[in-house]
Amino acid sequence: MSQALHFELVSPERLLMDADVASVVVPGTDGDFQVLPNHAPVMSTIRTGIITVDMGGEVKELFVNGGFAEVNSKGLVILAEEAIAKEDMSKADIEQRIANAKEDIADAQTAERRLHAEQELAHYESMLSALN
Amino acid sequence: MPSLKDLKNRINSVKSTQKITKAMKMVAASKLRRAQEAAEAARPYAERMEAVLSGLGASVANQPGGSPLLVGNGSNDVHLVVVATSERGLCGGFNTSIVRAAQAKIDQLIADGKTVKILCVGKKGYAVLKGRYGKKIIDVVDLSEVKKLGFSDAQAISQRLLKMYEDGEFDVCSLFFAKFQSALVQIVTEQQLIPTPIPEVAEGEEEADLKGAIYEYEPGQEEILDTILPRNVGVQVYKALLENAASEQGARMTAMDNATRNAGDMIDRLTTVYNRSRQAAITTELVEIIAGAEAL
Repeated sequence: MSQALHFELVSPERLLMDADVASVVVPGTDGDFQVLPNHAPVMSTIRTGIITVDMGGEVKELFVNGGFAEVNSKGLVILAEEAIAKEDMSKADIEQRIANAKEDIADAQTAERRLHAEQELAHYESMLSALN
Repeated sequence: MPSLKDLKNRINSVKSTQKITKAMKMVAASKLRRAQEAAEAARPYAERMEAVLSGLGASVANQPGGSPLLVGNGSNDVHLVVVATSERGLCGGFNTSIVRAAQAKIDQLIADGKTVKILCVGKKGYAVLKGRYGKKIIDVVDLSEVKKLGFSDAQAISQRLLKMYEDGEFDVCSLFFAKFQSALVQIVTEQQLIPTPIPEVAEGEEEADLKGAIYEYEPGQEEILDTILPRNVGVQVYKALLENAASEQGARMTAMDNATRNAGDMIDRLTTVYNRSRQAAITTELVEIIAGAEAL
């Protein structure tokens, strides 16, 4: 590829992706946008959703949870709070987790634990809605 | 003069201590490797964050009405000092040196007439600080049940800091931790968390980044800054905790290595004493027998 977009996906825990790709679709807070090589510099916050990476034929989808994207002359950098490859998540698994979290809320003894379970529930629900 | 049996017991007890310190050293070495990997894996995120922040901050910093997280809330009276230490002891001077640096800062602030509040992360630092600043310590964050330090742990701390800042409970927040350099060297570092200092942009980087182009901001420059700044606090705390974890293991490894060596020296010395007194006992016995035989 003579024209490639340098794409980096970073989560606080590690560097998830560092590759030259054809294009990336980013779920921005104000709407999805696609980044192609030589894109004008943009900085945007992103919402929970799926980013679609076109690696020159092969398409990869990743779930991201909040963060922001920066496009500069060097390429695109996405700083995500959390990122998981879509194929690593199964709908049934998440539904199971949602059920578990709901149970936890019902059983919670302390306010703190309940709050924790509620956060977890909200987290998994946003994952599920992103998948659908 | 201790009896032979006493010496033997002593040697055995030192030997078992040596076994323990040796095992601890090896455990620390393997944990160190993991902690170091985690710290390195977190570095790219923090670096990118810094780069973005310095680009953004420079353009906003001089404008009035910037975010209080960036320019401060105008006053400088109440200081919150976050002291990050370990949950376990037996790691040489690790905790002591962090606490000492924090104490120096706290005393300085008190001498300047500021109000100081302390938040301890890790109970080892709390154990030392509570004797001296009992009532100033607002809370202790216990991480002893956390097996693998995740971003969520750091985020919990940072969210708490941000909440307190919003409620006006402090004006300036700084964090003490030990930066990992090598297993032998850990540098105690003070870092100001709130208000966030704008990192300086390296000159070469600036040119590559901007190249005369103007960033487009979505939704807006200020909204982005408002989301980045709180997140940055979390990232900085996370980075500090990871560095601290690596430093702790490094310090423990060195300390246990020393302890093992000292135990070895001690065993050698005790064995010499033991052999000498054994020989002395045999000689005395022989002399007694010969003297007895001659007397007959």
